[in-house]
Amino acid sequence: MNPAKTKPNGSPRIVLRAESVWKSYDDGAIEVLKGVSFEAAEGQTVALCGPSGCGKSTLLHLFGGLDEPDRGRVAVNGVEINRHRNLLRLLRHEIGFVFQLHNLIPDLTLAENCLIPTVAAGLDRRTAQARLQQLAERTGLSHRLNHRIQKLSGGERQRTALCRALMNKPKILLADEPTGSLDEQTSAIVFALLLDIARDEGVTLVMATHDRGLAARCDRLLEMHDGRIHEPAKN
Amino acid sequence: MIFLKLIVTNLRRHRIRSIISVAGIAFSVAAMLTVVTILQGAIGMFSGILSSDSEIIVFERNVSDLFFSNVPAAAVAEMVGWPMVAHADPVLFGIVSSADHPIVTCFGLTAADARIRKATWIAGDRQQFALHPDDVVLGERAAEFLSAAYGSHVQIGHAVFHVVGILKTANGFEDGGVFMPLASAQSFFHKEGTSSVITVKLRNKDQAAAFKSAVKAKYANLIALEDEEFNRSYSQFKILKATAWAVGGCGLAMGGLGVANTMIMSVFTRIREIAILRVNGFSNVQIAAMIFGESAVVSLLGALLGLLTGTSLLFGLKLVPALHGYIDVSIQPGILLVVILLALLTGVAGALYPAIYAMRIRAVEALRFE
Repeated sequence: MNPAKTKPNGSPRIVLRAESVWKSYDDGAIEVLKGVSFEAAEGQTVALCGPSGCGKSTLLHLFGGLDEPDRGRVAVNGVEINRHRNLLRLLRHEIGFVFQLHNLIPDLTLAENCLIPTVAAGLDRRTAQARLQQLAERTGLSHRLNHRIQKLSGGERQRTALCRALMNKPKILLADEPTGSLDEQTSAIVFALLLDIARDEGVTLVMATHDRGLAARCDRLLEMHDGRIHEPAKN
Repeated sequence: MIFLKLIVTNLRRHRIRSIISVAGIAFSVAAMLTVVTILQGAIGMFSGILSSDSEIIVFERNVSDLFFSNVPAAAVAEMVGWPMVAHADPVLFGIVSSADHPIVTCFGLTAADARIRKATWIAGDRQQFALHPDDVVLGERAAEFLSAAYGSHVQIGHAVFHVVGILKTANGFEDGGVFMPLASAQSFFHKEGTSSVITVKLRNKDQAAAFKSAVKAKYANLIALEDEEFNRSYSQFKILKATAWAVGGCGLAMGGLGVANTMIMSVFTRIREIAILRVNGFSNVQIAAMIFGESAVVSLLGALLGLLTGTSLLFGLKLVPALHGYIDVSIQPGILLVVILLALLTGVAGALYPAIYAMRIRAVEALRFE
């Protein structure tokens, strides 16, 4: 297990916190999250497991500010996410997303896709290129930088999505079934890379997955059922 | 660079749609440029007739058209004697039809008029003008379409005239006109003792205000305007200009609808892509800038293509013999600028709703349901 970074008093520094978060759809007809509370410490890797529809993706969306809870609060580094006040800064500098479907722009090259967050954040070109080179080497994509997305394999696409998510050096990486669309072998490779990079970069990883085998390799494994989180005793 | 690539990529992705939009703007711009330039040219030519070797025009106050203006001959006689006046020439305008030509413009002039004095004579000479009441001088194009040669007789309206000269002039209206002695024109058009206007050349241009005041004091029913003033205030010119811009504007509005349609489709077909940009930190302003950027590229390409097409069309029309002299292809820089700005403005207006729609896309919904 990766030891969480600690405050001077010895307690781990919490970078992501949810307090009694409720979320429903269709005017409350479908309750997805029912008072979820959650904490993730700096540098921790956390897996959220559970059946489809249990609220994993919804919770990740709330963590990333893509959606708002009906009740409760979500805070990043102690600051509550507010769509009008700080969401843009969070998306640009604090949070990175990796989705099950890579969600890359097909007409752009691998490099161009990865540079999108740096354009949004106004990062200077030289710094952005240096970071791209670093991540491309780390993920084994250096030789594919100028290739269009259509020319890449599924694993390469997901690694590209990982690079893109990490371009602005976020503190938190939210991954929604990042290996869900990959075969078993590729899935294992991408997942190992995800964990390695997260640990090397000191990023807090919160990942939704169906794959318990992979989930078990995270620092924490949380079970979600019926809109609630259950943290089983760590093996 | 990536931002620009995002703009261009989307236009390239739907090439046919983009080309149609560019063509829509191009046709609109070409139409506007052509209509405005032709009418401006026509106005320029008409005002050129009035300002031939003169700087002030005197005509009847409150007439809707100079053809209806009646200036008494006595006024000409008096103005010629004013010390500030170098010369004052009465001009009578009339329109008549001839065989196969429903409109022939006639000018009733004195032999001292600058059009006669300074003309380039293809046949005959100025000494022959106004020697006999049934003598006329034709513009080169008028001689062509009336099939009249020097020394021949030509039917104009109900009368037959003797052609005693043929003039060459750069002004289309004059080139297609018939020049009659003033007295003959007055008789022919039943306007004895009057002219349509008096064109006045002053000894000193600074005396224009004094001349205008003198006309106002002496003749309550006449008005004197400097050429520039006349061009600005003459209602027919205003109507023509307004019509030209209105027709061009309608064309451009149609082009704008094309851009709006393209941009709406462009946004609708890539909701997910916009959501991805949002997740990666794109702000509303950046999303809107991307949409407006696309429409600006379409509009700018359309404007340039339209200017090229419009200019080619104008040059082509200028070469048509029947239109010789009627089309002035001197495209004013001001018109070019206005047309380009209007095209860009149309593009921006067309992208307004798509941009607002794009800004309202919620990433979470777009990613979940598409």
